[in-house]
Amino acid sequence: MSELIRRTAADLSQLLSSGEVSSVEVTQAHLDRIAEVDGGVHAFLHVAGEKALADAAAVDAARAAGEELGPLAGVPIAVKDVMTTQGLPTTAGSKMLEGWIPPYDATVVRKLREARLVTLGKTNMDEFAMGSSTEHSAYGPTRNPWALDRIPGGSGGGSSAALAAFEAPLATGTDTGGSIRQPASVTGTVGVKPTYGAVSRYGLIALASSLDQAGPCARTVLDTALLHEVMAGHDPLDSTSLSGGYPDVVAAARAGATQGIAGMKIGVIRELHGGDGGYQAGVMARFDESLALLTKAGAEIVEVSCPSFTAALAAYYLILPSEASSNLAKFDAMRYGLRVGPAGVEAPSAEQVMAATRAAGFGDEVKRRIILGTYALSSGYYDAYYGSAQKVRTLIQRDFAAAFEQADVLVSPTSPTTAFKLGAKLDDPLSMYLQDVATIPANLAGVPGMSLPSGLADEDGLPAGIQLLAPAQADDRLYRVGAALEALLHEGWGGSILDKAQVLDAKTLEAVR
Amino acid sequence: MPAISRDEVAHLAGLARIEMSPDELDRMAGQLDVILGAVAQVREVAGDDVPATSHPMPLVNVTRPDVPRAGLSAEQALAGAPAQQEQRFRVPRILEED
Repeated sequence: MSELIRRTAADLSQLLSSGEVSSVEVTQAHLDRIAEVDGGVHAFLHVAGEKALADAAAVDAARAAGEELGPLAGVPIAVKDVMTTQGLPTTAGSKMLEGWIPPYDATVVRKLREARLVTLGKTNMDEFAMGSSTEHSAYGPTRNPWALDRIPGGSGGGSSAALAAFEAPLATGTDTGGSIRQPASVTGTVGVKPTYGAVSRYGLIALASSLDQAGPCARTVLDTALLHEVMAGHDPLDSTSLSGGYPDVVAAARAGATQGIAGMKIGVIRELHGGDGGYQAGVMARFDESLALLTKAGAEIVEVSCPSFTAALAAYYLILPSEASSNLAKFDAMRYGLRVGPAGVEAPSAEQVMAATRAAGFGDEVKRRIILGTYALSSGYYDAYYGSAQKVRTLIQRDFAAAFEQADVLVSPTSPTTAFKLGAKLDDPLSMYLQDVATIPANLAGVPGMSLPSGLADEDGLPAGIQLLAPAQADDRLYRVGAALEALLHEGWGGSILDKAQVLDAKTLEAVR
Repeated sequence: MPAISRDEVAHLAGLARIEMSPDELDRMAGQLDVILGAVAQVREVAGDDVPATSHPMPLVNVTRPDVPRAGLSAEQALAGAPAQQEQRFRVPRILEED
């Protein structure tokens, strides 16, 4: 195993710019690792080996020619399969789009290409980003590199597993209710949902447009910041793209790691502090230790109350299906993707073809949410369900505003539990939805959030995560506090938490193939 | 009493253009009933005095100068079509013969 795969993106950036290694070497090392372990982990749906090596060689040539390159030029990245990639298959984890090769790049993907990152391939995900375990992918689940019989979180489980298995140093994700932060939490990696509108949604296959947000995934806070900087920025192709207010997240990450966070106020959210049960004891123990470390870093801990957060999950599971039922109406067998003729009908109408195609192309969770959304938006129920949920959204925004008057950053455990076993919650959608209870409020209000590893739970030795939340357009606070906490945690662990993960050898991998 | 009946689910599946087998309808009706029971609390949380919020940021109309620019070619736009004919999407008929 090449040692290059264990390097952070920041390290690789230095090695590449000093000429100690080439992008081709780094890319090949990761492709070798994917070939070695991905049969067991299944983080990738598509690996673009030849294209990646060609792109890497082009970066090496540009560097040799003295061209000025950005800090991440030549560093490999894995891209969540919900982002359109010109010339590379894009399925959003669904049979509906099997074999589709988009004719254009999402803005995020274009930015990665312009910054000369090397795309290794597309990562597995819950179908159309609906799920918290990556078991709802039409192409089979991804496995958690910490324990291959466990889920890697969702919907971005493929991206997080690729990072934790050292198949890629960086990855992209999208977070509609926690799909970046929860997978980061259960795989011992770092994930950030930026402020709503900070990263363009153009070319992302939409789930719920008022909640979806693309963001960076990596193994350290600094790497996440470096990728965040590449992804963020105004995009005229997205009418909800922010036109300004992009803080310097890389400078904030560096400052946090070196200067601490003296004088900052950290608010513990009472309603997300395990009071109503459901939080695993080991997750809470690591969370409380992190609070002690934040105090050590110079912060003051205060308790804040956000009473409406207890209704956030309910509001989310009305708003999301409503928007999803509308967004997914375009998968109608007419212009792209799957087209299935109904059985036993000689000359079917368009409507019959649509119904048969959507029956064959969508999985159970997608159908469930489309029906739920259709119900919540239907005449007679609209005010009671969708309308009420939108009022809860107002209350949650007010709670955040009040809390941020008392604290600079808010904290909670990211996910109530560590990774559960594959299949454990598949027949119980409600129990699966509870995984996102702490992450959802940020999406409803549009504020940024980060998850970073807080340690291993005593019960099962699996990673737990701590979530940081900041006011809209103050993403830099997440990086400042996250980097300060990470530095102290790494000091205690003697390195990265991923050094404590199981070794993926032939025996462990063979057992699941 | 269930919040949602099997017949209602069948009706909604029709509206959503998703064909469902009798077994699927049974299973879905049970699951949706549990989910709707859990989310019904939103009705009690906020009073009439609370305005609804549909989006995390205030939406404003965004315009750009009306300047022509190149788009996808016909071949590119049709590249993902399930069927095509004479540079057009070929779709199933929508009219009955009579």
